[in-house]
Amino acid sequence: MADLTTRFLGIESPNPFWLASAPPTDKEYNVRRAFEAGWGGVVWKTLGAEGPPVVNVNGPRYGAIYGADRRLLGLNNIELITDRDLETNLEEMARVKADYPDRALIASIMVPCEEAAWKAILPRVEETNADGIELNFGCPHGMSERGMGAAVGQVPEYIEMVTRWCKQYYDRPVIVKLTPNITDVRKPAEAAKRGGADAVSLINTINSITSVDLDLMAPQPTIDGKGSHGGYCGPAVKPIALSMVSEIARHEATRGLPISGIGGVTTWRDAAEFMVLGAGTVQVCTAVMTYGFRIVEEMCAGLSDWMDEKGYRSTSDFVGQAVPNVTDWKNLNLNYVTKARIDQDLCIKCGRCYAACEDTSHQAIAMTPDRVFEVIDAECVACNLCVDVCPVENCIDMVRMAPGSVDPRTGRVVSDDHADWTTHPNNPMAQAAE
Amino acid sequence: MPAQPQTGPIAGRLPADVLARNFSDLHPPLSAHEARVAADRCYFCHDAPCVTACPTEIDIPLFIREIQAGRPETAAREIFEANILGGMCARVCPTEVLCEGACVREAAEGKPVQIGLLQRHATDSLMARQGHPFTRAPRTGKRVAVVGAGPAGLACAHRLARHGHDVVIFEGAPKPGGLNEYGIAAYKTVDDFAAREAAWIMGIGGIELRHEQWLGRDVRLDALREEYDAVFLGIGLSDVNALGLEGPPLEGVHDAVTFISALRQTEDLSTLPIGRDVVVIGGGMTAIDCAVQAKGLGAETVTLVYRRARERMGASLYEQELAARRGVRLIYEAAPVAVEGEGRLSAVVFERMAEGPDGLAPTGERFSLSADQLFRAVGQRLGDANGLEIAHGKVVTQGRGRTGMDKVWAGGDCAGGGDDLTVTAVAQGRDAAEDIHGSLME
Repeated sequence: MADLTTRFLGIESPNPFWLASAPPTDKEYNVRRAFEAGWGGVVWKTLGAEGPPVVNVNGPRYGAIYGADRRLLGLNNIELITDRDLETNLEEMARVKADYPDRALIASIMVPCEEAAWKAILPRVEETNADGIELNFGCPHGMSERGMGAAVGQVPEYIEMVTRWCKQYYDRPVIVKLTPNITDVRKPAEAAKRGGADAVSLINTINSITSVDLDLMAPQPTIDGKGSHGGYCGPAVKPIALSMVSEIARHEATRGLPISGIGGVTTWRDAAEFMVLGAGTVQVCTAVMTYGFRIVEEMCAGLSDWMDEKGYRSTSDFVGQAVPNVTDWKNLNLNYVTKARIDQDLCIKCGRCYAACEDTSHQAIAMTPDRVFEVIDAECVACNLCVDVCPVENCIDMVRMAPGSVDPRTGRVVSDDHADWTTHPNNPMAQAAE
Repeated sequence: MPAQPQTGPIAGRLPADVLARNFSDLHPPLSAHEARVAADRCYFCHDAPCVTACPTEIDIPLFIREIQAGRPETAAREIFEANILGGMCARVCPTEVLCEGACVREAAEGKPVQIGLLQRHATDSLMARQGHPFTRAPRTGKRVAVVGAGPAGLACAHRLARHGHDVVIFEGAPKPGGLNEYGIAAYKTVDDFAAREAAWIMGIGGIELRHEQWLGRDVRLDALREEYDAVFLGIGLSDVNALGLEGPPLEGVHDAVTFISALRQTEDLSTLPIGRDVVVIGGGMTAIDCAVQAKGLGAETVTLVYRRARERMGASLYEQELAARRGVRLIYEAAPVAVEGEGRLSAVVFERMAEGPDGLAPTGERFSLSADQLFRAVGQRLGDANGLEIAHGKVVTQGRGRTGMDKVWAGGDCAGGGDDLTVTAVAQGRDAAEDIHGSLME
């Protein structure tokens, strides 16, 4: 069994699996049960300023997107930050941290964009002995209409300013949670770093309408005939989150800034993918809201077995290992020539590769009257669509052409040298090879 | 100690609840959620093999996609467009040798998409919730006689009525449906579905159904040709093949089709007499339906004997396994030679057969099965040819059901080219209707 102990910003947790700031971490009862189930840490559901608590809608808060057999692929919510009294939350956090000193407990905070508000709440949080704070600059609904959440996260100057206040009035690690509802996620990450953030966490939820009731002519979930956009999360958002994490991990100005990865983490494998792209820990919400806390057992066992197989002794051995291989399109090797190969023994003759290629791509698959499907190398551009639509795993492969052979599509000899857009003759900006 | 089961065909061998269970729906319908899950397994194949395998060429991937997309009624329209008896076919088609046998998931994992059950889900949805989905074209003034209200006749009549022709169906039996009503196992078409479907089909309008009108007895073909612009014969196979066994005429020897027909028409299964030791001779679907239902009525032993090897049997492997699961013993490669008994049947004597280079030949080895009831299910044949050209026991047709006789088309089991299946009969009836329409509108 590999040791999953993870140190992130100096905070130690028995594994890298944290629960994200969300309904599952809204109160002592849930968090204790999560820790008993084996979660390495929690980010407590976002605290607001002292005074009357926020109110939530009293109709439905969630909407879902399903795959086959009602497998939940995406979840959308219009819930706000904690609607419980600040004092209650602080007392509970202190008690839980005292009872679970080996687990990470982070306080998520969202108060108005005024120095006094932050100055007031930070000492109170510090008293709970929480390991750090996470600034909720991401919540895209409700609170953003009041100038908080994503409304801050979309203005890098505000991020920098608030982060600076937090570093000034709070001694423990400060994590800035970023919204994906922005054109270039590197800008808010840079701002967080400038403000002194110890880490960023991302992604928060994505503006979304999951579905529309065609009888009511209203978005779902529908509250008295109306709906507003919510925040989208779950497996469906993972590709967006992975890309944003990798952008920050490889961007010159933010490289090395610790990242807590969030967005559709459902299994150990999702977690490993976030981590090799630079996340030191991952945060989970939709998966536990779908299946309950016990899934952490699968995550721990799976990650541990994978680490054993690969010979990794600590999570730090593989965090960020894939970052050097994330590059710009212009650097991709144009001399890497592949062709699709269909394994006739595995082929079940559904013809989806043919339909996809014939109707929408390069007419590079031939079909015989007895339903044998073969790739026409002279037409195949190796787009991979056939692989993606084939229902049989490993039935279609992309096989690299040996250097020295002739690509029948282009008539050119395949070169062993690297050649990319930066040096391509069609590129007006091409630099001559040295 | 319970009494030993009595010999001789007697009624009421089983209590009502057991009878109800034995004759309940063989494949209960899918719930809406089950249908969505089953539909999600369809790959939407290009030029799908299941469609090629369907004699009526229903666009199966498309209708399944419509179920996936939450429109089972739209799916049903797609089905009915190709096959107006899509509801019955969903129940009785040997899908394991047709669409589901061709499904790529059958090849891949031995678990095809449940096309039959999905088709039933779609067709049931529409038939339960909506009226008739099609409307008639403006009336053409042409009149067509359809003889036989079986699958071929109903499919033909519906398509003709849709094209605006007026149709009169002449049916010999008291109810429409043909073998769907009289000749298929009860557990395949529960809740009086055959009759409901026939009524629903005629809901398009323009079809008049005349009962108790046997061709040759009550109506004559030449008179129909005189009176109508075209005639379609969907008369099925009205006569039963004989066995020619040694031995005296005995009580307890019946035709399987008569037994099944009586079973299908009874109000109360507990009134049907069944033997203690039943022997069924034959290898087709009728033989299986007969044997399984004999067992279902409470026969202590049911033995189905087929003269050729298992793989030559007309009934599919699935049907054979169903029979075995339901407690029917299957004996292959044995032919009956004699019946024994005094007044009443007591045993059937068989001879072992072997497939040799010169075909099937007796081996000389004999065995005897004690039996108080014997059902013959060795096929049916055409009755009166009505002056039509016959080849291989079927009415000769060319193209889309044209017989050699002017103004006369034929389809279904009475005509060549089919597999004696409901679905092929529907295809032939439909196609003949299109041909008739084309010829009437020239």
